[in-house]
Amino acid sequence: MSSTVLFRRGRVIDPRNGVDGVRDVLVRDGKVVEVSEAPLPVPASAEVVDANGKWVVPGFIDLHVHLREPGEEGKETVLTGCRAAVAGGFTAVVAMPNTKVVNDNGMVTELVLSRARAANLCHVYPAGAITKGLKGEEMAEMGELVSAGCVAITDDGRPVMNAALMRRALQYSTQFGVPIMVHEEDLTLSAGGAMHEGATSTRLGLRGIPASAEVAMVARDLVLLEETGARLHLAHVSCEGSVRLIREAKRRGLRVTSEVTPHHLILDDRAVGDYDTHAKMAPPLRSDRDVQALREAIADGTVEAIATDHAPHGVLDKLVEFEKGINGIVGLETALGLTLELVHAGVLTATRAVELLTHGPAQAFSLPGGHLAPGAPADVTVVDPTEEWTVDAHRFYSRSRNTPFHGRKQKGRVVQTWVGGRKVFENGQVGPGKESR
Amino acid sequence: MRHLLGIEGWRRDELEALLDRAQAHLPGRPDATNILRGKVVANLFFEDSTRTRTSFHMAAKGLGASVMNWTQTGSSVSKGETLLDTARNIEATGPTVIVMRHRSSGAPHLVAKHVRCAIINAGDGTHEHPSQALLDAFTLRQRWGSLDGRTVLILGDIMHSRVARSNLLCLRALGARVVLCGPPTLMPPGLEAMGAEVTHSLDSALPQADAVMCLRLQLERMSENFLPSTREYSRLFGLNAAREERMKEGAVVMHPGPINRGVEIAPSVADGARSVILEQVSNGVAVRRAILEVCAS
Ligand SMILES: [Zn+2]
Repeated sequence: MSSTVLFRRGRVIDPRNGVDGVRDVLVRDGKVVEVSEAPLPVPASAEVVDANGKWVVPGFIDLHVHLREPGEEGKETVLTGCRAAVAGGFTAVVAMPNTKVVNDNGMVTELVLSRARAANLCHVYPAGAITKGLKGEEMAEMGELVSAGCVAITDDGRPVMNAALMRRALQYSTQFGVPIMVHEEDLTLSAGGAMHEGATSTRLGLRGIPASAEVAMVARDLVLLEETGARLHLAHVSCEGSVRLIREAKRRGLRVTSEVTPHHLILDDRAVGDYDTHAKMAPPLRSDRDVQALREAIADGTVEAIATDHAPHGVLDKLVEFEKGINGIVGLETALGLTLELVHAGVLTATRAVELLTHGPAQAFSLPGGHLAPGAPADVTVVDPTEEWTVDAHRFYSRSRNTPFHGRKQKGRVVQTWVGGRKVFENGQVGPGKESR
Repeated sequence: MRHLLGIEGWRRDELEALLDRAQAHLPGRPDATNILRGKVVANLFFEDSTRTRTSFHMAAKGLGASVMNWTQTGSSVSKGETLLDTARNIEATGPTVIVMRHRSSGAPHLVAKHVRCAIINAGDGTHEHPSQALLDAFTLRQRWGSLDGRTVLILGDIMHSRVARSNLLCLRALGARVVLCGPPTLMPPGLEAMGAEVTHSLDSALPQADAVMCLRLQLERMSENFLPSTREYSRLFGLNAAREERMKEGAVVMHPGPINRGVEIAPSVADGARSVILEQVSNGVAVRRAILEVCAS
């Protein structure tokens, strides 16, 4: 297999390096060697990718993915999750620690990393827990987690309700320089709620989750951030009030980053329709006004990243009364199409869309990749921006099918994904990779 | 075959036709006794409600159907069977109609998507209770002839009341003006979008009302801090004798039952000259006969 690849005449969009135009990209031995405006000669034994009419962009990086291994392999494994990732154009994913053995110690971190090595498809960066067992009571051994390979620390799925503990965790994290990632939800305000509190929850007779359940916790954590000088990353921001606070915190120079999911940018609470559990997630789909605020925030740079919160669940987890339905949807294989909807709608430029999927997340968690300058990892995604296709959940590489987007028409699709100069996905087919057991 | 999952989705002319049909089912007009002969109506109650279950039971029997009663007590639900498992098992016994009560909003909608028989919602969580709204509308229509231009005041815990939601939709559809009154903690957002007027002052709303519909106050709302006490609730929102006196001439008092006497309504008012509470109960059977007839055909 050739270790030299030449991507010819694609539209290279590399926001970090200010590139948007037709270029040749030469990669060798897993690294980008040259990005050239003039056509490059084809080196001997190079594989040539004719990218004419395509986008050649840095591989996408997803800061928020649930791989479910260890513990819930019926929903997803590291391998199936990686397959879904590369099929969606992602070359790196951050794996959340709320597995059924919680990643609150180095052994679990190492297990996830070894499964990822065996899968050998994309980069998997584990995130470790803030508290032991995600119980919100005692801090986990953050030093061990970081030295085992965790790139962020989070109790994702749950908030840290104890403010003193949160303050200590932020202080403690400063010695390692890792971001603390937070799921912002005041449980006393969200208690019993099944969806966003608004006209739709009233119509359906469901207990609502007010926006204040998120915004109040964002306010608290920004106050703690200012005192501690840590790095704070806000997961799946969903409301206007949060965006306003983040904007203000950034203006004052606080080290805060954040992400929004594609579904919070595309759908509002009306998507619940007549109790569709595929539209049930935490945080819930918010009001149209919140959606507009989130769109502004990703466009103007207040929010750095689009992250999927890829949350695989079984069929039976959703085929129940709405109040009993489990939160979450899969996202890796629909993220690009949904993001491009925002480009087609004029909300984002193509450059900004690519930045939100590449350089933005890389910078938030200090990850390699996310750009294509010489020396960067040869993680490359090739996109056909014109291909029209229809989301078919039955054809997902993910082991789970829980999505509200089944049957949705999309324009623009991933045609190839390259990790470290190796092709791992092409035209609907995921490359090598096997179960590690 | 047609579902009755809620008042939402039904047009005015369809609701009127159903109420007209109920007229024919009033006692002393036994012209429809064989409509459901040979058919089975399954009562599927996951939440106890003797009143509604009995009313549907009598309605079904009166139309000649055989009735199968299924209640949650001692059932397989406690053994981990899902709602859909239960519903499909009931369906397999061949009913034409399933009358369903469940504590989760939307549960009948889920079942309706996965079975072939008609589903009648007999109350789902805090969502809708359409047969109650229809019998309330029927009772008012009996008094007034038409609901056009009339004002109905619905009083109490609007947030947790499926009766309030269904009545709001039904009364509005039939031409009435609906005012909702209760403490702000028990008023969910977006009621105006559903066509209601909202107030927190009973004393200013009361003199305009042609009917006052008191809702049952769940006593656990105190422990959830929606309200400081039943005492304060009664003082601010209780329909007592002094307030009854300030009501419009001819205005009526309604209650879906069961009543907390002395909390949301004074005993003298519940049993007084304005009360149509017992008419509501007796009209219930005729209205439910009409519902079964429309849904089973
Ligand atoms: Zn998550």
